Amino acid sequence: MTTKLFGDPIPRLEDERLLRGQGQYLDDLGNDALEVAIVRSPHAHARIVDIDVDPALDVDGLVAIYTWDDLDGPLAEPLPLLIPHPTLTHSRTPYALAKDEVNHVGEAVAMVVATDRYIAEDAASRIRVTYDPLPPVVGIAAARAAADLVHDDVPGNVAARMRQSNGDADAAIAAAPHRISLDLDIERSASTPLEGRGVLARWDTESARLRIWSSTQTSTGLRAAIAARLELSLGQVDVLTPDVGGGFGVKIVHPWPEEVLVAMAARALGRPVKFTEDRREHFIAAAHERGQQHHVEAGYDDEGRLLGLSVRFWHDNGAYTPYGLIVPIITSTQLLGPYKPGAYTVEFDSLYTNTVLVTPYRGAGRPQGAYVMERTLDAIAAELGLDRTAVREANFIQPDEMPYDHGLIFQDGKPLRYDSGDFPASLEKLKKLVGWDDFEAYRDQARAEGRRVGIGIGCYVEGTGVGPYEGGHVHIETTGKVKVATGLTSQGQGHQTVFAQIVADELGVPIEDVEVVTGDTRRFPYAVGTFASRAAVMSGSAIALAARRARAKALRIAAEALEASEEDLEIVDGIVQVRGAPDSRIALGTVAVLSNPLRYAFDEASKAATQFAVGDPTKPPVPEGDEPGLEGRDYYSPNQSTFANGMHAAIVETDPDTAEIRILRYCVVHDCGPMINPRIVEGQIHGGVGQGVGGALYERMAYDEYGQLLNASFMDFLMPYVTEVPEQIEIDHLETPSPLNPLGIKGLGEAGIIPSSAVFASAIEDAEGIPIRSMPISPSELFELRRRHGKDGDRG
Amino acid sequence: MAEPTHAIRLHVNGVAYDLDVPARRLLSDALRHDLELTGTHVGCEHGVCGACTVLLDGEPVRSCLTLAVSVDGEEVTTVEGLAAADGQLGPVQQAFKDCHGLQCGFCTPGFLTTITAGLRDNPDPTRDEAREMIAGNLCRCTGYQNIVASVLRAAELSASTGGSQIPKHAGVSQDLPTASGAEGDGGGTP
Repeated sequence: MTTKLFGDPIPRLEDERLLRGQGQYLDDLGNDALEVAIVRSPHAHARIVDIDVDPALDVDGLVAIYTWDDLDGPLAEPLPLLIPHPTLTHSRTPYALAKDEVNHVGEAVAMVVATDRYIAEDAASRIRVTYDPLPPVVGIAAARAAADLVHDDVPGNVAARMRQSNGDADAAIAAAPHRISLDLDIERSASTPLEGRGVLARWDTESARLRIWSSTQTSTGLRAAIAARLELSLGQVDVLTPDVGGGFGVKIVHPWPEEVLVAMAARALGRPVKFTEDRREHFIAAAHERGQQHHVEAGYDDEGRLLGLSVRFWHDNGAYTPYGLIVPIITSTQLLGPYKPGAYTVEFDSLYTNTVLVTPYRGAGRPQGAYVMERTLDAIAAELGLDRTAVREANFIQPDEMPYDHGLIFQDGKPLRYDSGDFPASLEKLKKLVGWDDFEAYRDQARAEGRRVGIGIGCYVEGTGVGPYEGGHVHIETTGKVKVATGLTSQGQGHQTVFAQIVADELGVPIEDVEVVTGDTRRFPYAVGTFASRAAVMSGSAIALAARRARAKALRIAAEALEASEEDLEIVDGIVQVRGAPDSRIALGTVAVLSNPLRYAFDEASKAATQFAVGDPTKPPVPEGDEPGLEGRDYYSPNQSTFANGMHAAIVETDPDTAEIRILRYCVVHDCGPMINPRIVEGQIHGGVGQGVGGALYERMAYDEYGQLLNASFMDFLMPYVTEVPEQIEIDHLETPSPLNPLGIKGLGEAGIIPSSAVFASAIEDAEGIPIRSMPISPSELFELRRRHGKDGDRG
Repeated sequence: MAEPTHAIRLHVNGVAYDLDVPARRLLSDALRHDLELTGTHVGCEHGVCGACTVLLDGEPVRSCLTLAVSVDGEEVTTVEGLAAADGQLGPVQQAFKDCHGLQCGFCTPGFLTTITAGLRDNPDPTRDEAREMIAGNLCRCTGYQNIVASVLRAAELSASTGGSQIPKHAGVSQDLPTASGAEGDGGGTP
């Protein structure tokens, strides 16, 4: 009997290779390739007066130098605006190499190609660029003040202004028994995968084809973009995604300047060319996220029920807007979390600054939204003297209200309509897990010992599995092995494992016989990409549907071969057999042989499928409407996103003298629907929580007034080591299935990080009795806050 | 003018390699690009992330902060050398597999080498000592929970198989036939 694998925490199929050092990350490929170094702007804002490459020309090993003047046709145009929006009235995107002006430190100005990276950097360091510096706009305050402009032709530095509302929030607030207003800030952080960006291109002169390997989150998107820029037909370009050393959002942007330039150079030079980003480049030339300022007005009743909520916020989009307004749109909609304010209005400005561009980083605007909403509810609880969880309960959407429509438009252009969730049950689980009701006793005990502790909570809803679609292909080979392909890419999520689990179950084959390929446009050319916690929902569903097609065909052919009824057949361990009469059986591999009528035999198995061996001589070998081969291909294209949800609680201790913040406990209740592999689910949550700790307590992008990023290294950007993360992350699950897809699953990749700033702000505020209105918060900042609130020396 | 090079011999996972490298060539680049042992990864190039950690005469070092010419004649162990001679995963590798100690896998080789040396020095670490053992390596995927679990599991596995050792390779001595540069077998287990 084949054991059901869906829900089984099996070890990952990917691991053996990676543990032996046999992974193939981008820079592990193309050892014969020429290598690239980029000359980057040292100024945040400047006009380029002159680029003198002459001093570099006698560097031994130099192959080519490119500046904007060397680009032509579509290559010389600004890079694409990937996600246009009607309110994005002043979109600006960069050139692959800067033309006339640079708008952030790190912007690409020239590309050097040489025999290796050392030589390329030697040559790059000799190129003399003369700049005429312009006043830089750094930070949201400067962008709003607009004394200086990032782009001359963008008034007020405003790329977009967008407003959505459901009901008359201002009237509801005015009429409410209680009102509150808050200003809430959050600073920049970034995805910061351990492997930076990278791209390798090979141009095959004989076949006039380009092959690209990129450390990307979208191979099909990159393929289309490269083809367009290089004026190639899609059929001339293949994109393969090798092992990717983490993505977390930043690698969804495409095409990066380097991707276009490396492809161009490979074709022009007729030699493979590679770019491998170094760590400093990743800080100053990739993408950041999170930086926003928010102003909240809320009206509420005696139970803390939100009658009206009005949020105005300012989003720092950096120098350019290639990814459109996705991040602020998500903040503006997902801010609502599991709650249903009587009326809601949100308006944001997306603002240019002379800093690295801003695109989604794990959570993608949700951490800011959860932070704003949860801070607001905590403030209301404090005003009313109510328990913070009671205020949340008063505002929850109830299970019997699902599907719940917020009357807003989500990031995918579809209604913000929750499909499932049981928020009261989740809160109950969380309170039990963390011991919420017993905390005051613990606080008293700690206080008696001279210790200061606090508890915090944060709830969120995460729109996952956004469209438009993904596809899957399942091919049962004559060996009985099953080859599965889907177009989206993998960056460590364990797709090979979970997709194989799905297929093994659907087909009734041993998982060892299933091999999954992702992100290779040769194997599956139609796809969107890996972002928005969508891979399991989208490709998982598509692959399940494809496997069901392959199964249906296998049963049809086997029924004929076994002279049995399809309904009486089952597939066990790769064998189709008559239920209750297992002697009447045929292996799936043999069914695959029968599915493909042959003229020529090439091995023992194929002899069984030649024209004198099979088929009804009175009928066409491949019946009308049928296809040769035992394959299934299908797509999953939902009408809307699924909505996962979760609630986190943390207990922290703050040092009365040093203001050091220690995490004593961290608890997670999470609902991503049925779990395909609970081990992988928990791993994703662990990772999200770890990153969340970084974002809440350590990480920030320290720009000075000149737009120089002062901490562009791992020495200075404080990414958590093991010493900074909770010793244990306690997890409980709720599995409310989504009605929207065949497996009932909801996404989870981003979940762990979403409520972190909300949770830690809540816990630190609870410990200190000082309102926390800006995150992240360092010990120095907490120390300073204490001074300002006259609480230094307070041993609480 | 071509850059001057220096003849060095590296013993990597028991295989001797003769190389001509410029003085500035990093050990990480020599391993990855001259010997094509790409299991050693480079995450920051300034010695902070630990992904490039290899064992130099048994001690963990950052190969991105080490010049290849400075380790002429020394014994280097990379992730490719951690499996047993018969091809079985080493105890630390097996523990990572058992405990889901890796996600994207990019930082993993540095953790594996670091822990291999750590368990040799402290075969039975407490949970706190396990955390301490990996406190110099960055991982962006796992939140470290399952890496700590992997350290403890690796200690168990090692105890049951007679201690965590850097696998003994047949060819540590200078007398062995040498491979030159990229023509080395690149395998690690001769």
